[in-house]
Amino acid sequence: MTENRESLLSIRDFGVSFQRYDSRMGQTRLQVISNLHLTVYPGEILAVVGSSGSGKSLLALAILGMLPLNAVTGGEILYRGKELTPERQKQLRGKKIALVPQSVTFLDPLMKTGKQADGQGGTGLTQKRRDIFRRLGLPGKTENLYPFQLSGGMARRVLVSTALLTEAELILADEPTPGMSLEQALEALRMFREMAEEGRAVLLITHDLDLAVEFADRVAVFYAGTTVETARASDFQNGPDALRHPYSRALWESLPQNGFRPVNGFQPYAGNLPGGCPYAPRCPLRTARCETALPPVRTVRGGEVRCYDGA
Amino acid sequence: MALEAKNVFFRYTRKSPWVLEDCSLTIERGECVAVTGPSGYGKTTLARLLAGWQTPDKGEILADGKPLPTRGPCPVQLICQHPQEAINPRWKLRKVLEESGKLQEDRLGEFGIERAWLDRFAGELSGGELQRFCVARALLSGADYLVCDEISTMLDGITQAQIWETVLKEAKKRNLGIAVITHNFHLAKKLGSRRIDLTAR
Repeated sequence: MTENRESLLSIRDFGVSFQRYDSRMGQTRLQVISNLHLTVYPGEILAVVGSSGSGKSLLALAILGMLPLNAVTGGEILYRGKELTPERQKQLRGKKIALVPQSVTFLDPLMKTGKQADGQGGTGLTQKRRDIFRRLGLPGKTENLYPFQLSGGMARRVLVSTALLTEAELILADEPTPGMSLEQALEALRMFREMAEEGRAVLLITHDLDLAVEFADRVAVFYAGTTVETARASDFQNGPDALRHPYSRALWESLPQNGFRPVNGFQPYAGNLPGGCPYAPRCPLRTARCETALPPVRTVRGGEVRCYDGA
Repeated sequence: MALEAKNVFFRYTRKSPWVLEDCSLTIERGECVAVTGPSGYGKTTLARLLAGWQTPDKGEILADGKPLPTRGPCPVQLICQHPQEAINPRWKLRKVLEESGKLQEDRLGEFGIERAWLDRFAGELSGGELQRFCVARALLSGADYLVCDEISTMLDGITQAQIWETVLKEAKKRNLGIAVITHNFHLAKKLGSRRIDLTAR
């Protein structure tokens, strides 16, 4: 495993909550991410997998310091061993840390896509950008189109190319592939892999476990705003016995090729989280302890897990 | 007893190319057919035509030998990929479900819907939860055929398995004919008793 190497990004006990006004003129705090642990090493693709509402996209925005104004954060984020303060975030984002946003609405509607992808890098990038556009199957005329003239899949590929053009050491790719054809998605992911081989790192945020296992080195599993397990991608290929957390196992077993087995119940809502392990209400292995205190992070068989059982 | 598309031609404007050209297929009651094909081959257009959201320029769509009715509940119901876009954001979900007739609160459990969700707006539920409402709305209308257009693509594995368990249980009980549009090879193999590939024509 990679624990001894120096990390690029290290997130410890991180939490995000939103300050909200309730109906009685008071303020309430809505906790959406809590106790998040994550480490990204240079040269790897780390996938973050979780269902919608598990806090995956917020994580990317939090790393970049782009959370809404009413967000309150806790815990620490270290970039190259030093704390990522708001000033450093401003300095690094777009240069050392790049985002592939989830929504195509992140494109400027009034700017032609070619110019937009080049960004402020100057004209020297144009050739490189044309190469990337071509590799991703974007026709040559795409650079002269405005975002509204693109299909969903094309817009997504333009977003990916904006990040590939930067010299960033860390790419945060938030659901980069939906809407692309299989060949285009594979090409985009191959380009991410090439970047990782140059010693950069990619955080691949996705709800698609198949995709994550296929392309990432390690997979972090999110549930209700917490990382319940971080495992090698090969552990998922080896099946449920190689996994450590009951939720990861259930996720594996729910895939159509692995039994298609659902689990009763729902992911708890932000603001309505149980006191202990967020998965406890649905967990077949829960004990009284699980319902009162969140298990600490343990290293088990080369992976990290938050479970008292976690064998 | 089948849902049939007979020599269907369709294009969006008179000048644009055909999206579907001489397309024919049959889905029997009680069978689940996977429809696959890369993006841009007219999977969603076919879904909309089968459910009567759009009418073919040439050819016809028949449910049990009859053309789709122009008023009243359609026997072919479409469930879309993005539930957010198929639900009126200004309605509470109770009203959304009442689109398919009088609300049968005792049946909500079958669809995995919690009673408390009925008094929320669409923006206050997750995609997987909203998709359950779309499934319930389609099934409670008394449909005989379902067209499922990538209904679980945006969902995580567990939620996907939950949704399909509901659909398949109901399908078995009512002998529904189902068209499953998906690009997930494993899902197509699991669900479909046979496969229609739109590139093969």
